[in-house]
Amino acid sequence: MKKNTASKGIFSFIKDCLLWNLSGPISYQIYLCILVCLMMAGIYGYVVQFKLGLSATNMSNIVSWGFYISNFTFLVGVAAAAVMLILPSYIFKDKDLYKVAIIGEGVAVGALVMCMTFVFVDLGRPLQFWHLTPGIGQLNFPSSLLAWDIIVLNGYLALNALVPAYILYCHYKGREPVGKFYKPFIVLSIGWAIAIHMVTAFLYQGLPARPFWNNPLMGPRFLASAFAAGPAIISLVLHVVNSTTNFKIENKIFNKLRIIIVSAAVINLLMLFSEIFKEFYFPTHHSQSATYLFFGLQGHDSLVPWIWTAISINFIGTMILAFNPFRERQIILFPALILLIVGIWIEKGIGLIVPGLIPSPMGEVTSYAPSNIELLITLGILGLGMFVVTMLLKPALIIEKEYDDNHEH
Amino acid sequence: MDSDKKKKMNRRTFLKGAASAAIAGSAAVTVGCEGKGLLGSSEAYALEFQEYFKKYYRVMTPVERQETVTRLEKLAKIKQDITVNIDTTKPGENVLFGYAFNVTRCEGYMECIQACVKENNLDRKSNTQYIQIFEMEPGQMTPDQGDSKFFHMVPQDGHFYMGVQCFHCENPPCVKACPTKATWKEDDGIVVVDYDWCIGCRYCMAACPYMGRRFNWNEPEVPKDEITKNQHYLGNRKRVKGMMEKCTFCIQRTRKGKLTACAEACPTGARVFGNLLDPDSEIRFVLENKKVYRLKEDLGTEPKFWYFID
Repeated sequence: MKKNTASKGIFSFIKDCLLWNLSGPISYQIYLCILVCLMMAGIYGYVVQFKLGLSATNMSNIVSWGFYISNFTFLVGVAAAAVMLILPSYIFKDKDLYKVAIIGEGVAVGALVMCMTFVFVDLGRPLQFWHLTPGIGQLNFPSSLLAWDIIVLNGYLALNALVPAYILYCHYKGREPVGKFYKPFIVLSIGWAIAIHMVTAFLYQGLPARPFWNNPLMGPRFLASAFAAGPAIISLVLHVVNSTTNFKIENKIFNKLRIIIVSAAVINLLMLFSEIFKEFYFPTHHSQSATYLFFGLQGHDSLVPWIWTAISINFIGTMILAFNPFRERQIILFPALILLIVGIWIEKGIGLIVPGLIPSPMGEVTSYAPSNIELLITLGILGLGMFVVTMLLKPALIIEKEYDDNHEH
Repeated sequence: MDSDKKKKMNRRTFLKGAASAAIAGSAAVTVGCEGKGLLGSSEAYALEFQEYFKKYYRVMTPVERQETVTRLEKLAKIKQDITVNIDTTKPGENVLFGYAFNVTRCEGYMECIQACVKENNLDRKSNTQYIQIFEMEPGQMTPDQGDSKFFHMVPQDGHFYMGVQCFHCENPPCVKACPTKATWKEDDGIVVVDYDWCIGCRYCMAACPYMGRRFNWNEPEVPKDEITKNQHYLGNRKRVKGMMEKCTFCIQRTRKGKLTACAEACPTGARVFGNLLDPDSEIRFVLENKKVYRLKEDLGTEPKFWYFID
């Protein structure tokens, strides 16, 4: 570091981060442009939805939550999964994972931003959002699980944004961060990660009106699937970082992540099997949603191919990762990771939310598929999430690399 | 200090301006430019602006309630050119409303639905209905086995009919679910929605085991000459897109001692509505002398809506 430390204040930190984010090779600029285009498409979709109301979506009085809430549920898991890097690196002092913990936290922030945007676009009256603010509004706490979810998601976002920001700022200034300023928050964030996903599960689990959701296994299964899909996404991000930047990631890190993913994925499959057993060994009136999902009901079977695909690729992905036939060539595991992520995304997204609402409490069966506007907005939010992750990781990795190089020599 | 204050003021005025711009924008989107003349529409914007910042109904003082009612009545005059009368009558002393449905008598004429749609100013565009009538076959006991989409002459031989609407549970799951307390149970047992406080998250809809709630997916439309003008703040007043709504036991009628529109319209006398705390009421007679049952008793929601067989 050539600049002297005294001149490096908070403003030069922000300025440098912005500069690093905007500068890069032409391929990087194109990548940013694509993300901006995605976001613009999403904004266009939202303007249409804002004008027409939620009738621009394919949701109805029966399927009252759809693609947005499905994606929200999946992404809460991705956000929670950062704990699988934070826990070993800060508590068990794992040096390898410590190097990439910051990437996990960046992905968590991106996932949380997407979660909140998904909830926001799902609101019928977004301008009245302030009614949730304690003090000027009325937050139905502790009665409403949605109120809990709002609190835990915002808290987790703050933890995952501020702790890495502090550590990075210290590293930027070339000094060691002070443990007592951030370590308590690390410990807090570990418990909090579990909380965001348990509370999100309770959101569904606490509804006796919906037998498909009213299931005590939901919370634990949410965690298991999150700790499989989340680290899988982080692995993909690490592959991208490894191949596009000079921040090199060793094979043993991928291997450690692989072991985490496989353990969680196997537990997830076990719980899935347990749920399927309960629904179909002695099918009751309450198994109708599961019947709808797996076999179709009254001629409505649009989800059937999706769920069987999800379970198959989930299983295949888990097996490939578990037996790892390619040994040290981690890049070959890429497709397996993608299979696992897509499998969990289908099963925990649309395969969980929609059948919970079908048949309706009065027995009506219908079909649901997202409208073009829903797809457009979802694409925009995905672009936003990737943009946030990129904007956070690019400067973070530059600072970390510089700090590491300075401290090794 | 002074400059500090000035700064604060500036920030506040800026925020207010930004907010009003946002409201004006949204109002323009919802209202559309109908060419009402500059003065008329600017008054409407001012009223909409004040409406946006108004409080939650249950924490309003009587004066604030009167103010919002006046604004809403003015807005109806300006925007739709109709004179509505919105009241805020409180629950009566010693009143707890309940409902009983005579399964033997109902013949599926659906006069109740017609009356309900008319009385409660329900959206004609998406054909919103609070009441569902299910056609049932012998041996069926709960509506989820029946058919709500029948379209033929009634009554059909070998069938009977069951009506379903919001059951106004004593232990309502929707109230527990709402993140903004926008839905609650009044002292006379009616579960109501503060439409303006609802953010449209639809968690209550997921929580209701009886399909009792309806969402405004689009901007609701009611022909001007069909609007019921005697309204209640928590009842049949104008709703906009994105709000949750539901059966209110015709709060604008029943709080004034009238029957609900559905009970009044029923040609067979299958619908019994009344005060559960009045020992001489018809509903008490039904509960004491008929064999009654409720739907999904196992959930512990305690609906105040009973079915009975003659």
